[in-house]
Amino acid sequence: MFSKLFIALMLLVLFSSNSIAGIIKIDKDSPSIAKAVALAKAGDTLLIAKGNYTSSGIKIDKRLSIIGVDYPEIDASSCKGNLFSITASGVEFNGLLLKNVPYNHTSDNAAIKFIKSTDCIVKNNKINNCFFGIYLANTNNCIISGNKLSSTGKRESINGNGIHLWHCNNIHIRNNKVQGHRDGIYFEFVRGSRIEGNESMHNIRYGLHFMFSDSCHYINNSFIENGAGVAVMYTRYIDMTGNKFVHNWGTASFGLLLKDIKDSRIERNTFTKNTIAVFSEGINRVKLEHNTFEKNGWALKILANCTDNTFIKNNFIGNTFDAAATSGYGKNIFLGNYWSRYKGYDINKDGAGDIPYCPVTLFSFLAEKFQYSVLLLHSLFVEALDIAEQIFPSVTPKYYIDTAPSMRMNK
Amino acid sequence: MNTTLKIIEFEFKDVFRSRWVILYGIFLLFSVEALYEFSGDSSKVIISVLSIILLINPLLSLVFGSLYIYYSREFIELLLSQPIRRSQLFFGLYFGMAVPLSLVFLVGAGLPLLINVSESIPVILIMLSSGILLIFMFTAVAFCISTSIVDKAKGLGAAFLIWFFFAFLFDGLLLLGISAFQDYPLEAPLIILSFLNPIDLARLLVMLKLDAAALMGYTGAVFERFFGDVMGMVMSFAMLLVWLLAPLTLAGWLFRKNDF
Repeated sequence: MFSKLFIALMLLVLFSSNSIAGIIKIDKDSPSIAKAVALAKAGDTLLIAKGNYTSSGIKIDKRLSIIGVDYPEIDASSCKGNLFSITASGVEFNGLLLKNVPYNHTSDNAAIKFIKSTDCIVKNNKINNCFFGIYLANTNNCIISGNKLSSTGKRESINGNGIHLWHCNNIHIRNNKVQGHRDGIYFEFVRGSRIEGNESMHNIRYGLHFMFSDSCHYINNSFIENGAGVAVMYTRYIDMTGNKFVHNWGTASFGLLLKDIKDSRIERNTFTKNTIAVFSEGINRVKLEHNTFEKNGWALKILANCTDNTFIKNNFIGNTFDAAATSGYGKNIFLGNYWSRYKGYDINKDGAGDIPYCPVTLFSFLAEKFQYSVLLLHSLFVEALDIAEQIFPSVTPKYYIDTAPSMRMNK
Repeated sequence: MNTTLKIIEFEFKDVFRSRWVILYGIFLLFSVEALYEFSGDSSKVIISVLSIILLINPLLSLVFGSLYIYYSREFIELLLSQPIRRSQLFFGLYFGMAVPLSLVFLVGAGLPLLINVSESIPVILIMLSSGILLIFMFTAVAFCISTSIVDKAKGLGAAFLIWFFFAFLFDGLLLLGISAFQDYPLEAPLIILSFLNPIDLARLLVMLKLDAAALMGYTGAVFERFFGDVMGMVMSFAMLLVWLLAPLTLAGWLFRKNDF
């Protein structure tokens, strides 16, 4: 609807102002997109009418807008490389349905691939069953929004990433839906980008995966039922706010895996039904605040090399284990969290429990230390042991302790 | 056979008249239903129910089974003075004891589980059948105790000790062993060791079918492959049967040898 209106409006503007930019129509009578691209001048608009098209790969080296009316379907089954590969700046894709880019073991073929481009827009497209979906390399200042990507490949090797960024700057990724790819959203060496309102679910490996991508904001995204959840590594200055990590369940699955993350904020996220909600290895000066951890296997797993992190005013509700930690002096601060398992009291009614809470139970400690003891999970002996340890703590590490647990859920 | 059935029939009435069994049924019914009512998370309920089954089924069978024999000693002696074969009497007593207990368990735990179907039916079936196997097993053990130890107090003490060993102590020893040999590959020894405790075996059989299995990580995955496999399932149920037949044969033998 909007895209139609937008096009109508644009036509009006174009015709009334004698604009230099031309419009090239592609429909049943002249179905070659490649020819149209070759004919077009920089600044032209390619209008593709509804219908079925095939293409064996199109290279774009000038500024063009490629706009589909009612989602024309472009089949790339015969493609040897990328369906669209763009080396020019200011190229826009809008309202297309791209499908069936075949997999390749030596090159990452994508439906739309930008190489050394800037100022591109990829908006409201549908990309089905493509090896890689939207691929940006060495590209800056782009907007990727409202796209729907889905793939049905079963194995990691024949299934690429949905939105793949490599060496990019200032990219806005908004309101996209990615399903069934290898990684939903993949970043490597990306700076200063904003990822907002996306939904990444049922991907084979990670919903979101990034490395070496400093200063990015992740806001209000949902990561649901991905094979291994979300993994983020070797990065500083991340801001993750209001994201949902839901039902990433399996023996090797995490809600959020943090590896070598520094000086970052993880706030107001919800983690529901993940095997391990947050697995942290080598994270420093990370603020985890106001998050909600509900019905996870483990809410937190903290390895000994995590230091100076703060866990403040989070809610821990009905997790099998609130925290697991290997021994080690971590200097992590737990303060004012709500723990549904907390049994203390608050005599002076200041809202903070008078007895400190130790989130690491004896069994979760033992299970970290001796891996085979997980065999005794939910056995009566272990449950009795946990109760005894709660009354007289003697084995569990003292470094993980909330000195002022909240009596009520934090807002 | 007819005599056995008659004894079973008599015991059926007698056991139900003792009200303990009925109370157990009501307790199960209410506690399982209450768990569903008050806990929002059905996957946690299954685990709580499993704990109840593993804790109480063996205890009840042991205590109730041995006490029953102690208190009906005169009745047994009376029957033995009649032209009844000892094996007929034994099986009459045994099934007359274990079957009503299982029925009560089936109703008490099975009804709420099947009404609030939260897990897949096979999981519930595995849970109920292993619960029943536990009842038959520990009733047989109870018969062993009450026929070999004449003194009531000692017999009851032995029953508690056996329950304590299988429900708690065994896992404690297992944990000690795991911590002592943590540097060695322990998958195979642990599978064999868990075969030696019917309560652990029942727990693992159910646990590995639940979502909770994912919490066991890599080690759990190894076990899941074993116990989740048809071969592993058959082997573990076969082992549970061995656990049933061994004490039963022993109890029968003791009963025949016993000088009442």
